[in-house]
Amino acid sequence: MYKIVDKKSYNQDVDWMLVEAPLVARNAKPGHFVILRVDVDGERIPLTIAGIDGNNVEIIYQKMGYSTKLLGEKNVGDTIEDFVGPLGQAAHIRDKKHVIGVAGGVGSAPLLPQLRAYKEQGAKVSVILGGRTKDYVILKKEYEAFCDHVHITTDDGSAGQKGFVTDALNPLLESDDTIDHVIAIGPVIMMKFVTEMAKKHDRSIDVSLNPIMIDGTGMCGNCRVTIDDKTYFACIDGPDFPGEHVDFDELMSRQNFYKDEEHACKLRLKKQ
Amino acid sequence: MKNMKPRLKVREQEAVERNNNFLEVALGYSLEEAKQEALRCIQCKNPRCVQACPVRVKIPEFIKLLLEDALDESFETIYDDNILPSICGRVCPQESQCEGACILGIKAEPVNIGALERFVGDYGMDKDLADKPVPASNGIKVAVVGSGPAGLANAASLRRKGYDVTIFEALHDYGGVLKYGIPDFRLPKDIVTNEIDNLKKMGVTFVKNAVIGKSITIDQLKEEGYESIFIGSGAGLPSSLGIPGENLSGVYFANEFLTRVNLMKARAVPDSLTPVKLGDNVAVVGGGNVAMDAARTAKRLGAKNVFILYRRDRKSLPARLDEIHHAEEEGIDLRLLQNPVELTGEDRIVKQVKVEIMKLGEPDSSGRQRPLPTGKYKTYDIDNIIISIGQKPNPIIKDNTAGLDTQPWGGIITDEYQMTSVEGVFAGGDVVTGAATVILAMGAGKDAAHHMDEYLKNKHARTS
Ligand SMILES: Cc1cc2nc3c(=O)[nH]c(=O)nc-3n(C[C@H](O)[C@H](O)[C@H](O)COP(=O)(O)OP(=O)(O)OC[C@H]3O[C@@H](n4cnc5c(N)ncnc54)[C@H](O)[C@@H]3O)c2cc1C
Ligand SMILES: Cc1cc2nc3c(=O)[nH]c(=O)nc-3n(C[C@H](O)[C@H](O)[C@H](O)COP(=O)(O)OP(=O)(O)OC[C@H]3O[C@@H](n4cnc5c(N)ncnc54)[C@H](O)[C@@H]3O)c2cc1C
Ligand code: SF4
Ligand code: FES
Repeated sequence: MYKIVDKKSYNQDVDWMLVEAPLVARNAKPGHFVILRVDVDGERIPLTIAGIDGNNVEIIYQKMGYSTKLLGEKNVGDTIEDFVGPLGQAAHIRDKKHVIGVAGGVGSAPLLPQLRAYKEQGAKVSVILGGRTKDYVILKKEYEAFCDHVHITTDDGSAGQKGFVTDALNPLLESDDTIDHVIAIGPVIMMKFVTEMAKKHDRSIDVSLNPIMIDGTGMCGNCRVTIDDKTYFACIDGPDFPGEHVDFDELMSRQNFYKDEEHACKLRLKKQ
Repeated sequence: MKNMKPRLKVREQEAVERNNNFLEVALGYSLEEAKQEALRCIQCKNPRCVQACPVRVKIPEFIKLLLEDALDESFETIYDDNILPSICGRVCPQESQCEGACILGIKAEPVNIGALERFVGDYGMDKDLADKPVPASNGIKVAVVGSGPAGLANAASLRRKGYDVTIFEALHDYGGVLKYGIPDFRLPKDIVTNEIDNLKKMGVTFVKNAVIGKSITIDQLKEEGYESIFIGSGAGLPSSLGIPGENLSGVYFANEFLTRVNLMKARAVPDSLTPVKLGDNVAVVGGGNVAMDAARTAKRLGAKNVFILYRRDRKSLPARLDEIHHAEEEGIDLRLLQNPVELTGEDRIVKQVKVEIMKLGEPDSSGRQRPLPTGKYKTYDIDNIIISIGQKPNPIIKDNTAGLDTQPWGGIITDEYQMTSVEGVFAGGDVVTGAATVILAMGAGKDAAHHMDEYLKNKHARTS
């Protein structure tokens, strides 16, 4: 059992939580993730490690469906049944001079430790945070604390520039030659478009893939992704990969395979 | 031998009935039945069955004790060599081990050693005979990585030798393949849980959610004072066919499919949070136990047509004979000498499998006739395909342990004392041999405990 030490909400959909988990905290690095089960009958869901504080692990999650909502019902002092990690490969911090991070929604959580690592390595770092509305742009303050530029986009224009993250990225890539690397983390469709844009402007790009996972130890193969016609297991080979040759359409299709069943879970949540 | 009675069949659930449930298929012997079958053993002076048992269970002895109504002693006799008799009685490939060698098999049918072992094992389990006093801790800490049969056997033996044993398991439940792979209808999960509880009673510490190599590295275990470490992390990484279309939705590896059903309890659909999506027509690729388990599980979940695609012939099927019979009784169609070459789909969901018809050629390195392509093809409509063609060790420990030598396919290399290239670190089971059997893994865990004990005694003799 893993104790919830602290918790706060960014908006009605996104929470931050600090969980006591010394075995996860000990070796965690940016890019690693955990798999948790909220209770004894729970499913195993992956969440990125957003930060480490001693023996405690920070997670930031969007209440998408059954399990993340169930997690959201837990409060400080409650416990989580299972919490295992750090899983996956730590993010590969490349030798770059000016990195621009592009985050869609809750993607700003996994992006933060990576961009910070670039900053600590001496690179210039900029970020574009995109959200549906003002409330969905999270961690703005945390980014402002170390980024050279913070750009905001919202679908409705309630904060920053109205539009998608790509609307902000395009002019930056066109005008600023110093930007030599892009990292995109967010919904697959967003990562796909950002990757196309980076390719068009001849910049290298890393993305963080989020296929459905079960064990997270390379055992089930559910998390397989195709990159340059080769199969990788995102849980042990990733989740971060160079974006250029990722088959994003396949990933979207594989993510959606259980849509109907996930919907059934949500109905169950409503009934309760 | 003229008046020899025929081998007594084990009572089973009817195929029509069991196709709708996950209850055990083989119901086992009653005491009377067990004794009747035991009478068939002629108590060989040089028992071939024992020679053919990977852990040398004293078979004629336990059978004799059973006949003498000395059931406690019969159990002890098995337990001496095999700490998991209820499990091995159910899942060992007896036809290629003890029963395959039984002298009676030459002229008639071999003694049903598996069913007898199961009977005595279950008796001992019901009477808690394994719950025996163990020595107090000698204060020497040892770590066991993985809670499959190799790890469990290793931990039990080391605890009995007095060591302070901790098992680290990556998943949220213990038992390895016994829990997440082999389905309930062959191995009810409460049997596995019971074995794990026995170890807990002996004072073995269990730590779940601990991925060695990630949560703690082998080096960190050493720093924490674990003086010897056993790696029994199994061969969990599924092999792929390497054909087009393998990543279409609806294509499962057997591990995913079985994990969803067993570990994550998808058989309670539609209530399970980790369901499994299955259509009417399901192909299963492979001919081993894993393939049979996947096919029979699919049938139980309601798939109408389940067929197995295997590239060799019937006699080459590596699965246990019982499971092949059971699968066929349950209506699973064996399509032999057929090798999948391509999967095609609509909207990225698999719809068809194209197979090449094979023929048999010269024997290959495994001694079986090599399947050869014929250039003739066939196509089947499917809703799902489950790939069960083998597993290899996952790379987590290898990638995170400096100086640990491994085979090109990922298996950990050990010396004749089961020590790896890292001092004090031993290994056994599937992670060393590649996917094998429960009994071999159990035996390897037990033998390694002996070598670790020697190693630790030497080490302490040197330092004291
Ligand atoms: C490596 C990795 C890191 C992630 N990091 C974060 C994070 O830091 N914060 C965050 O909010 N989300 C993160 N996710 C996504 C998160 O795991 C899913 O949102 C969550 O599992 C949804 O579960 P649910 O029951 O609440 O919703 P559901 O209604 O069941 O699913 C909603 C969507 O989540 C995805 N999903 C469902 N089950 C799984 C599963 N077992 N594994 C992966 N995806 C699944 C599916 O695409 C689905 O369409 C990450 C995913 C991966 C693979
Ligand atoms: C579906 C199926 C059916 C089978 N049927 C039969 C049968 O009928 N008869 C038979 O004899 N054999 C059968 N087998 C094979 C048999 O189950 C295996 O040979 C046996 O379980 C191997 O035991 P093991 O202890 O080496 O590994 P496993 O049982 O694989 O256990 C390894 C354990 O280590 C854990 N682990 C892995 N990596 C780490 C890590 N880094 N840190 C911590 N823990 C880790 C795993 O989660 C797992 O729990 C079957 C296998 C399968 C998959
Ligand atoms: S070989 Fe057969 S008959 Fe002989 S001791 Fe073994 S089980 Fe009995
Ligand atoms: S999540 Fe099971 S192999 Fe990656």
